[in-house]
Amino acid sequence: MRGLWRRSLQTRVVTSTIVLSALAIGLTGWAMLRDVASELADSRREVAVAEARSGFEYAQDQLDSAVDTEASPQSEALTQMVDSLTSARGTARTYELVLKGPLSGDDAVGPVRSSSAVLVSSLPVGLVDTVQGSTGTYWQFSDLTLTDTSGREPVVVVGRQLRAPGTGDSYALYYLFSMQDQQSTLTLLRNALLLGGLAMVLMVGAVAWLVSRQVLDPVRLARRIAERFASGHLEQRMRVRGEDDLARLSTSFNQMAANLQSQIRRLENLSRLQQRFVSDVSHELRTPLTTVQMASEVLFDARTAFDPQTARSAELLKGELDRFESLLSDLLDLSRFDAGAAQLELELVDMSDIARGCAGDPVLRRAGIEVQVDDGGEPVTVMADPRRIDRIVRNLLANAAKYSRSATVSVSVAHNDSGVSLSVRDFGVGFGRDENLRAFDRFWRADPARVQGGTGLGLPIAREDAALHGGTLQAWGRPGEGTEFILTLPKQVGEIPVPALISELAP
Amino acid sequence: MSYRSKRDRVLVVDDDASLAEMLTIVLAGEGLTTSVCRAGDQVMAEFIAFRPDVVLLDLMLPGLDGMSVCRQIRARSAVPIIMMTAKADTPDVVAGLEAGADDYITKPFKNTELVARLRARLRRTDTLVDTLEFGEIVLDPAGHTVTRKGESLDLTPLEFDLLACLLSDPNQVFTREVLLQKVWGYHHPGDTKLVNVHMTRLRSKIEDDADAPQIIRTVRGVGYQAIAPTP
Repeated sequence: MRGLWRRSLQTRVVTSTIVLSALAIGLTGWAMLRDVASELADSRREVAVAEARSGFEYAQDQLDSAVDTEASPQSEALTQMVDSLTSARGTARTYELVLKGPLSGDDAVGPVRSSSAVLVSSLPVGLVDTVQGSTGTYWQFSDLTLTDTSGREPVVVVGRQLRAPGTGDSYALYYLFSMQDQQSTLTLLRNALLLGGLAMVLMVGAVAWLVSRQVLDPVRLARRIAERFASGHLEQRMRVRGEDDLARLSTSFNQMAANLQSQIRRLENLSRLQQRFVSDVSHELRTPLTTVQMASEVLFDARTAFDPQTARSAELLKGELDRFESLLSDLLDLSRFDAGAAQLELELVDMSDIARGCAGDPVLRRAGIEVQVDDGGEPVTVMADPRRIDRIVRNLLANAAKYSRSATVSVSVAHNDSGVSLSVRDFGVGFGRDENLRAFDRFWRADPARVQGGTGLGLPIAREDAALHGGTLQAWGRPGEGTEFILTLPKQVGEIPVPALISELAP
Repeated sequence: MSYRSKRDRVLVVDDDASLAEMLTIVLAGEGLTTSVCRAGDQVMAEFIAFRPDVVLLDLMLPGLDGMSVCRQIRARSAVPIIMMTAKADTPDVVAGLEAGADDYITKPFKNTELVARLRARLRRTDTLVDTLEFGEIVLDPAGHTVTRKGESLDLTPLEFDLLACLLSDPNQVFTREVLLQKVWGYHHPGDTKLVNVHMTRLRSKIEDDADAPQIIRTVRGVGYQAIAPTP
């Protein structure tokens, strides 16, 4: 439910509309009901008080005359008086009577006479006190408990003290007018209001739902189209209907989409052009480079016939042309990675085989570097592009040979469930933390002061090769302790491999 | 090595004048006779007139592209063709091999590498002297002919060399790298696609069913071996 509230604008609109309108309707209904109820009660009270007054006068008259005619036992006469008062209106009597008294001194509860069904104790205490304490007519609303029915009934109680002149006794006479009719009217009105209010709230909710749908449907459509646009369907557009706000939204969206599309196309073209340019330049350079290189080789082969300066020039020419060629080929490789044009040719590769093959490179031996291979004595196979893996390992070994000033380099191969790892560890000068991070930057060299040859692109290419396999190439180093590179390839294409080797140089 | 008595002829097809001249200089230094052709549509005329022993063919040519030239030559001759290309990774290479080229060399190349490849294509299988009989296949090094069930098979010199290499050591598994070295004259690791393409073509000529080869078997992940026929 909370999720629905958060996700669905429509749910929020409809729910809040229902809650707010229910609150408004409820408040109005409550105020109306209160006004009507007080109006009804007031008019009933006025009638009741008027009727009671005439009753009181009659009763006072009776008491006065009773004193005249008969001296003592008033109880008989009083009962008669009550009877006559109650029967005065015949059957359509709308009140009950209670006569208390004589009220003698402190004893507030004297003998009581009442019309049939009234429970005297249900008279409101406050009113009883007021009436007995003073002269005058008083009234109060109350609930009356009747003896013949178990129910309670709303009444207005009107009371007055009567005085018998002969005996000097006081009596309290109470009229209890039923307000059953008013109560029923009120109940009827309340039910009608409740029902009407409920229907109104439901209708308002339905209207809110309809209206919000009218607004939201196009918005949802816009969302779907925007999503499709975002996922690469650049030709997606919204249909513009009419001239309302939604149509304007569609128009704006379409404008934005068109602008984005043209920008993206432009950038795509630009990057394609640039890649083409890099590729073309590299290729166009190759034909003249071939000629120059062949010529330099001819000169180089004949250098013994030259004077020393010319001979040295021929040597330099050849060496630098070789470097130029590797730079060109590395640049071309990188441009292929950048263009996403590099492709893997996967086959089952034994990493131990590759490690031993690369370690046996005569170039390393000539450089005076001893390479030890530790492969655990078992083949470690993985699906990979053998030429790229070979190139990575050669790059790492060349790097170790060039930069480390280390006499020994050790190559280890290991595997775990998720991948195979190959580490190249040298024990040379090593490098610090900052250089760690920069080792894979293009054209970066560990020590610019040392002229080492190489293109400065070997490690970036090695990392791109590893990444192409979905693998990783990590570097660790410590000044004075050497460096270690760990290549890790996944056993399953698409999985993220966990390195099977941990560098002892790792922090 | 009887062929050394006359100078081998190389037809250089390249539109770049400097490179063509440089190639001429280098090849002359190796004792080879060269002729240069600089447009694709003039190659056939020159080919017929010069009768080269090997063709060095640039793929990008004016007039007629290298691929078509390759096909034209192959249609009338089994002469070895080596392509020169600036793009080693393009489908052009495979297409060129399919068009009938024996080998390709990527610019820029070393003189020694170029010469080694040329020599490999010019060399006849001189290590073999005796006729090889291998089941239904009879290979005659002297006459450069192969017959199967008495029928002569039309193999290019490269296919002949490839078959001879495998048959010379039956049951021995040759890796693609070893074949590149022995048959193509590679000094450095090369493109193993080259072996695959030519092996497919060789099989289609000598096997009954190239998809289920009986004579040359593929050893998965390793290479190829010729299976000695059961006597």
